[in-house]
Amino acid sequence: AQPKTKKTLGKTGVKNVVVVEGVRIPFLQSGTSYADLMPHDLARAALQGLLTRTSVPRDVVDYIVYGTVIQEVKTSNVAREAALGAGFSDKTPAHTVTMACISSNQAMTTGVGMIAAGQCDVVVAGGVELMSDVPIRHSRKMRKTMLTLNRAKTLGQKLSLISKIRPDYFTPELPAVAEFSTSETMGHSADRLAAAFGVSRLEQDEYALRSHSLAKKAQDEGLLQDVVPFKVPGKDTVTKDNGIRPSSLEQMGKLKPAFVKPYGTVTAANSSFLTDGASAMLIMSEEKALAMGYKPKAYLRDFVYVSQDPKDQLLLGPTYATPKVLEKAGLTLGDIDVFEFHEAFAGQILANLKAMDSDWFAQNYMGRKSKVGAPPLDKFNTWGGSLSLGHPFGATGCRLVITAAHRLKKEGGQYGLVAACAAGGQ
Amino acid sequence: MGKKPNKNQFEFIWGHKPTDGMVNTLSKQLSAEFTDVMNEIWANEAVRSAVLISSKPGSFIAGADLNMLEACKTAQEVTQLSQDGQKMLEKIENSPKPVVAAISGSCLGGGLEVAIACHYRVATKDRKTVLGTPEVLLGLLPGAGGTQRLPKMVGLPAAFDMMLTGRNIRADRAKKMGLVDQLVEPLGPGLKTPEARTIEYLEEVAINFARGLANKTVSAKRSRGLMQRLTDYAMALPFVRQQVYKTVESKVQKQTKGLYPAPLKIIEVVKTGLDQGNDAGYLIEAQSFGQLAVTKESKALMGLYHGQVHCKKNKFGNPQKEVKTLAVLGAGLMGAGIAQVSVDKGIKTILKDTAQKGLDRGQQQVYKGLNSKVKKKSLTSFERDSILSNLMGQLDYKGFEKADMVIEAVFEDINVKHKVLKEVEAVIPAHCVFASNTSALPISQIAAASKRPEKVIGMHYFSPVDKMQLLEIITTDKTSQDTAASAVAVGLKQGKVVIVVKDGPGFYTTRCLGPMLSEVVRVLQEGIDPKKVDAISTAFGFPVGAATLIDEVGVDVATHVAEDLGKAFGQRFGGGSIDLFKLMVQKGFLGRKAGKGFYVYQEGVKNRSVNSGMDEILQKFRVPANPDVCSDEDIQMRLVTRFVNEAAMCLQEGILSNPLEGDIGAVFGLGFPPCLGGPFRFADSYGARQLVDKLRKYEAVYGSQFTPCQLLLDHANSPSKKFHQ
Repeated sequence: AQPKTKKTLGKTGVKNVVVVEGVRIPFLQSGTSYADLMPHDLARAALQGLLTRTSVPRDVVDYIVYGTVIQEVKTSNVAREAALGAGFSDKTPAHTVTMACISSNQAMTTGVGMIAAGQCDVVVAGGVELMSDVPIRHSRKMRKTMLTLNRAKTLGQKLSLISKIRPDYFTPELPAVAEFSTSETMGHSADRLAAAFGVSRLEQDEYALRSHSLAKKAQDEGLLQDVVPFKVPGKDTVTKDNGIRPSSLEQMGKLKPAFVKPYGTVTAANSSFLTDGASAMLIMSEEKALAMGYKPKAYLRDFVYVSQDPKDQLLLGPTYATPKVLEKAGLTLGDIDVFEFHEAFAGQILANLKAMDSDWFAQNYMGRKSKVGAPPLDKFNTWGGSLSLGHPFGATGCRLVITAAHRLKKEGGQYGLVAACAAGGQ
Repeated sequence: MGKKPNKNQFEFIWGHKPTDGMVNTLSKQLSAEFTDVMNEIWANEAVRSAVLISSKPGSFIAGADLNMLEACKTAQEVTQLSQDGQKMLEKIENSPKPVVAAISGSCLGGGLEVAIACHYRVATKDRKTVLGTPEVLLGLLPGAGGTQRLPKMVGLPAAFDMMLTGRNIRADRAKKMGLVDQLVEPLGPGLKTPEARTIEYLEEVAINFARGLANKTVSAKRSRGLMQRLTDYAMALPFVRQQVYKTVESKVQKQTKGLYPAPLKIIEVVKTGLDQGNDAGYLIEAQSFGQLAVTKESKALMGLYHGQVHCKKNKFGNPQKEVKTLAVLGAGLMGAGIAQVSVDKGIKTILKDTAQKGLDRGQQQVYKGLNSKVKKKSLTSFERDSILSNLMGQLDYKGFEKADMVIEAVFEDINVKHKVLKEVEAVIPAHCVFASNTSALPISQIAAASKRPEKVIGMHYFSPVDKMQLLEIITTDKTSQDTAASAVAVGLKQGKVVIVVKDGPGFYTTRCLGPMLSEVVRVLQEGIDPKKVDAISTAFGFPVGAATLIDEVGVDVATHVAEDLGKAFGQRFGGGSIDLFKLMVQKGFLGRKAGKGFYVYQEGVKNRSVNSGMDEILQKFRVPANPDVCSDEDIQMRLVTRFVNEAAMCLQEGILSNPLEGDIGAVFGLGFPPCLGGPFRFADSYGARQLVDKLRKYEAVYGSQFTPCQLLLDHANSPSKKFHQ
């Protein structure tokens, strides 16, 4: 391997923050074994898995942060409900964050910040998503009537309100699948992005097939050590991800476009699927971890958030963030041994790779002198990715980080880089 | 024009090279080249399908070349052009090799006819892509088979709607109507600019469909909705069709008063095609196209089109500093209207008023204006909110130090104007332009209070600002070129048609309107009731009746203006009694805004009734009528000749710099009958001699108000002299 630009990324005067352990329950296609649970059940299982795996005393944990996207209204602070249910001390505060598909990245970096600032020594960060059940609301008109009904005093008032209800009041309101600012669904945007970068249907199918094949291999070889079994009440113990389905290019080619009909390129087979799952990670200051006798798995050194046009560059976050975080850390792309990028769509990944490899794009849209370069594929998502393992929105970030740590260890690398795109163009 | 065989030698891509101007027009040359390429496509065995696409961003084909039409001397020549076009497009329609139109940008008139002759249409779904048949707006009809193909494609009712209104149809709507088969969403940045890549992508998608059509893997047959199938079924029944013709005809009659021949011809041509078959249809289409092209209505409308193009250019060049922050003083109807058309074009806008209540009303007006676009789906609620974030409503002068231009729309009183001018000049930066939106106060008088008169200019908007297209810009002797350039640039950005005139009482528009309204009052005094006055004037082509117009303007405003102009111009602006207006004001009959004027206005009542309170007033000011000059036609001519005479005087005095702007100002600002093309076009077509004769006839009865001006006399004396060559 080539010599690294820098030997270490440690900074004087700043606490080293380490990952002690990270786990996740198996990621399942929505509507399968987790279908009858609630989000905090999944988060609870991940938290308990983490406790079992690390044997960390529950009251050592100073703080818990969880990320989630589609909130169950009954448990809007899902972090707190899950922590209480998992048997953590009721003296440990917990809060929930949301930032679309990078919600658990936000949870982790929140923890990093707390430790670096000296607020805490031990933080549990995680994420959860349950796509099998989403809140479907009454229509606004109906809600208004119902709320006014609460305040109505006489029977006459109540009856007059009820008499105003029309059939269209019963039309339910589904949670938006589209970007609020642009009204465009993410799949549609991904299709346009792929077209903008001239990514063909075949390239996308090939990439998706690669993701599934690599995931299958990693699963078979037992490399996905972050998975903890989950005994689902009333059902069998779930031990592995169920969305990995290596198919053939021929079969994938038969699918019709899912968003831009009839001629688009993004299909169900080259997109990540709706997934249920949860993850949890134990992070500590290095001194605390060592004092407690843990052997840290990785240092969390630097991070950067970016955002851009939510219409035409919705999914280009990794392109913008990669050169920035490398610059911040003082590294080059060549220094990185392991890349873990979130795969929302095959087209999105390939568009990002092309964008990162384009001087024209770097100069005209990123205000940079030259391109950062595309990560070499042999270092890129080699144990599968969101396309094959699944993508429970709020939980994916922790999976990316712990997978990078495990791959570094397995492959003997030093530096890993994790990147993800998120709704809102971030 | 270019041919681009792709690697399999299967498709020809036909594009226009940007040789002449920004848009593609169907000229003789283009048609010839097009025919050549198509012949080659048909002859070449390797080619199995073709795609028509433009290389010019924002324009597929914007229509036929008007110069080509205008160069024709006779109806026969135009008919020949139409038949050539019909033949070319018939060949495309019957082509054994599928032809796909890839549409990005305007696809209008002849361009749309090319597109609908193709077998398949793919269009980009962006705001620039519009389809339509605007021929009727030029007094013409779709003359290359459009009248025959369109009803079959979108159904009779939709086809009539398109051809009779000339409205632009956005791509997504066109898809729903069945006018296009596929939409392509515009792309964002990739490895090329969004525009370049989007066109390339459109081409790729179109090629795929062309290939699919050739291989029979794609069907050009559209799946039609139940409603559409029902409509089609009904339209196939002769008696239902007759009913549709009748309804449409009576509607057109009502709206055009028979003054515009084109809409009626369109109905006739469509009817012939559907009832008597294609051959008869194509023949009458070509003949009617020829006949229409030489009518004076068509010439008038084309003149207006050229005028509009002229008034969409900034003859002062680019201003040194672009206006990025605009402040509007006064949140009344006008002020808020100006704020609305500015803020939605991305100009940061401060809306200042002196009272919270007035400010709230103004801000609500802007919100309502934008929200109505949301309801019509031309804007998303998110875009509305983000536009409104650039509007600052306030009661103080905060932030004026960053203003590049201030437009005042405060009360029309010279003292108030002077007061705000001084206040503003104390807070604005040196480069900031001060514009006054006054309809009558001379700008030089307002500028007299300024420390920097070179930065003072008039910007006369018309109400309602978001609907009326005209902006009259008034320069004084002291106004600098850069100030004028800046004002015109802002007006154009606001989407206005801009005329620039010299300062003087009433400028151009208000000044022309003055004598006419005075004559209206005289006519009313002569015992003609308001309804009849309205009927006579709309029959002449005015979109709004003359009495209603006074109600719309506001009787108090009219009084104000009449007094000012009367002082400035004396006897010539006399005629009707100004005391009649004053009494109306006294009684509170201020027009629409007060609910009462000549008519009574009630919310939700469509057929307004005459205000009976006016009987007494009209009786009081009654004057005897001279039957020699009181026929309907005479009344029309009394109104119009005074208008035209005053307009000519404005040109004579140099208030107007050319007749073209005079026509545009009159039609777009004052509702001068568009079919007449404006006062100068009318003088040409009616004849200056005849006009002077009329003026002399009325002069003999009423005196100097009808004395023709020197310029008109000059034209009358030499018949070869025309305002428009």
